[in-house]
Amino acid sequence: MVDCVKKMGFEETELRLGLPNANYGKRGFSETVDLKLNLSSAEIGLDSAIDLKENNFNKEKNLLPSSSPTDSVKPPAKAQVVGWPPVRSFRKNVMAVQKRTDSDEAEKGTGGAAFVKVSMDGAPYLRKVDLKMYKTYKELSDALGKMFSSFTIGKCDSQGMMDFMSESKLMDLLNSSDYVPTYEDKDGDWMLVGDVPWEMFVGSCKRLRIMKGTEAKGLAPKAMDKCKTRS
Amino acid sequence: MCLFRDMMSYFPEEVLEHVFDFLTSHRDRNAVSLVCKSWYSLERFSREKVFIGNCYAVNPERLIARFPRVRSLTLKGKPHFADFNLVPHDWGGDVYPWIEAMTKNGINLEELRLKRMLVSDESLELLAKSFPNFKSLVLVSCEGFTTDGLAAIASNCRFLRELDLQENEVDDRKGHWLSCFPDSCTSLVSLNFACLKGEVNVAALERLVARCHNLRSLRVNHAVPLEALQKILVKAPQINDLGTGSFVHDPDSETSKKMKNTLENCKSVRSLSGFLDVNPHCLPAVYPICTDLTSLNLSYAPGIYSNELIKLICHCKKLERLWILDTIGDKGLGAVASTCKELQELRVFPSDLYGADNAAAVTEEGLVSISAGCPKLNSLLYFCQQMTNAALITVAKNCPNFIRFRLCTLNPVIPDAVTNLPLDEGFGAIVQSCKGLKRLSVSGRLTDQVFLYIGMYAEQLEMLSIAFAGDSDKGMLYVLNGCKKLKKLEIRDSPFGNAALLSDMGKYETMRSLWMSSCEVTYGACKTLAEKMPTLNVEIINEGEDQVEASSSPDARHRVEKMYLYRTLVGPRRDAPDFVWTL
Repeated sequence: MVDCVKKMGFEETELRLGLPNANYGKRGFSETVDLKLNLSSAEIGLDSAIDLKENNFNKEKNLLPSSSPTDSVKPPAKAQVVGWPPVRSFRKNVMAVQKRTDSDEAEKGTGGAAFVKVSMDGAPYLRKVDLKMYKTYKELSDALGKMFSSFTIGKCDSQGMMDFMSESKLMDLLNSSDYVPTYEDKDGDWMLVGDVPWEMFVGSCKRLRIMKGTEAKGLAPKAMDKCKTRS
Repeated sequence: MCLFRDMMSYFPEEVLEHVFDFLTSHRDRNAVSLVCKSWYSLERFSREKVFIGNCYAVNPERLIARFPRVRSLTLKGKPHFADFNLVPHDWGGDVYPWIEAMTKNGINLEELRLKRMLVSDESLELLAKSFPNFKSLVLVSCEGFTTDGLAAIASNCRFLRELDLQENEVDDRKGHWLSCFPDSCTSLVSLNFACLKGEVNVAALERLVARCHNLRSLRVNHAVPLEALQKILVKAPQINDLGTGSFVHDPDSETSKKMKNTLENCKSVRSLSGFLDVNPHCLPAVYPICTDLTSLNLSYAPGIYSNELIKLICHCKKLERLWILDTIGDKGLGAVASTCKELQELRVFPSDLYGADNAAAVTEEGLVSISAGCPKLNSLLYFCQQMTNAALITVAKNCPNFIRFRLCTLNPVIPDAVTNLPLDEGFGAIVQSCKGLKRLSVSGRLTDQVFLYIGMYAEQLEMLSIAFAGDSDKGMLYVLNGCKKLKKLEIRDSPFGNAALLSDMGKYETMRSLWMSSCEVTYGACKTLAEKMPTLNVEIINEGEDQVEASSSPDARHRVEKMYLYRTLVGPRRDAPDFVWTL
């Protein structure tokens, strides 16, 4: 029992009839707050309790922990105080799961939503699509088709856009006034849409450009080679 | 006087009973039962709804003895701060003894509403099998049961009207509890399983909804995708309270279009919630129902940017209740203020609980806009980055009708963001202006002064929550002496000690409960209080670093980490676990 008292520090357990506002003994609580919040008492202006008349006109927000993160005063990590902010554990757990799901997706390199700009040659303005909303090239193609209603990309079979297109079909497409979907990948190269598996495409696509067939000829050789090797 | 008494006794009982039927509030009924012995007797035999705010204030036997005709029981278990992990899980509040006692005594239970109680599958099974007329089960913030317990309810309660599960921790057993509703079950009016984490049998749900023509309220969980919900809603266009599950789809798809059409057909929807996972681009599908919406809860919807929220809310001109995340921002709250002139209740929850980036948050500006635009506001829960006295004074002037005012600064001791002063004056203005204030939670840097204001002005205050506030015992004394109607006082991490605790021990008999944790009260003082007041249970929760050996009786000067005291008619509870000492 004596050990117990020693461990706790005698001052904390000593009963005192102090005057109100006498800071003796009351610091125990504020120190706890400091420890819990990683702040020194000066920073959170605890002295203002006594110095009410002295308006502390130090408007510099960096004395307040809630200010911009670039300040030297580290904002208090909320999780360090048990039960603060007072949010039901159920809600906390739900939000933790939601956050985890978001960060899992971020780790997979696809991010929460994958918005990319879509430009179409000749259209007066660009659009944006969220690639995460689609599961196949066909779905994307349909969506882009609706967005740019004069847009046609030729025949697509279920396995992807230009995958097994024959050389002749491709040539027809490129020579016609039809459009060809291209995209800029992570490396900054302009690629023909449809060569890689869908997930890989979503992960590497930075923006889409729907080119006039005639302009896309430069890209075609790669696709043509692919067609040749396949057939 | 003699004549009056004779006249009263000429009133046949049936007439008095009929008059009592019109008394629905339990406070009115309690008052009536105090008038005289015959009224007490009449009232107790006619009371069907009983509300017990602290399950340990009485026991099942006394309930049944006094109210043998009880049909609806509401019970609350753990203290409020249990919500924030301040109370160990096995503290108590088990509903089983209540259900068991009612079964044994032939009570015709029809309705059970529980909050913060321990509910086992066994309890649910016993409940389901014992009361043939059971109609309504509402569980809020409870734990201890699994989907097996729900299966028992579904299988056995032939006339079930309401199954409402709010924010419970439920273990998912992968069974098909929804399929356990028999084909003969057509009585459901309200079904809320939003808090369940596991898969549900969507086909069974669809069939259930199709045969329950009186269904008014349906809140599904995360596992019910948008396509499935659309098909279900086609069968239930009469619905007035909808909780979506996952609201994710390609906004240009057929499914999304179908959803929009289906929702257009649901002309009675007044309350909307869910969006437990959401693609913001799908939100326009709900615009058709926004015009008549009175209640909107987006507080569980992750990742909706402020401008998307604003677009949605601009359609909701009749909104009376809004629960939202602080991602809405001050600007978004400005939009709410311009649009929602009928707003009565606002709750703004923090979106970032784990100390990451702090870009999204609301400040005093948002609150001031709301107060200026929404004069009917009477209930507030506001988690904010910062606050000022000037703002609170303005809010107090704009909205004198607050009944509930709960402000929570994310940093619990942050002072006025502009002047660096404590927030005493701001909260002082609130209590002075809002004469009907019943519930108050304060936060930010606060001295004893704020408690002086509360004691002086908060005449109707029934519940007060204090954290990291005050300088001395005076603070607590102002409250105990001033707030005559105080029922629940909960305090954490504040320098209130023995002098305050012991100054007016009789006060606690007029209150439901007092919670004090990380304050300055000592073991000796708690013991003194317990000895002097046999009508109170003074419980110490002894755990963690503070743990003292059970064998040794602690030093009287040892500071108590957690104390919970409450008035009771039945003495110390017999189910207290090892770490709870009743002094």
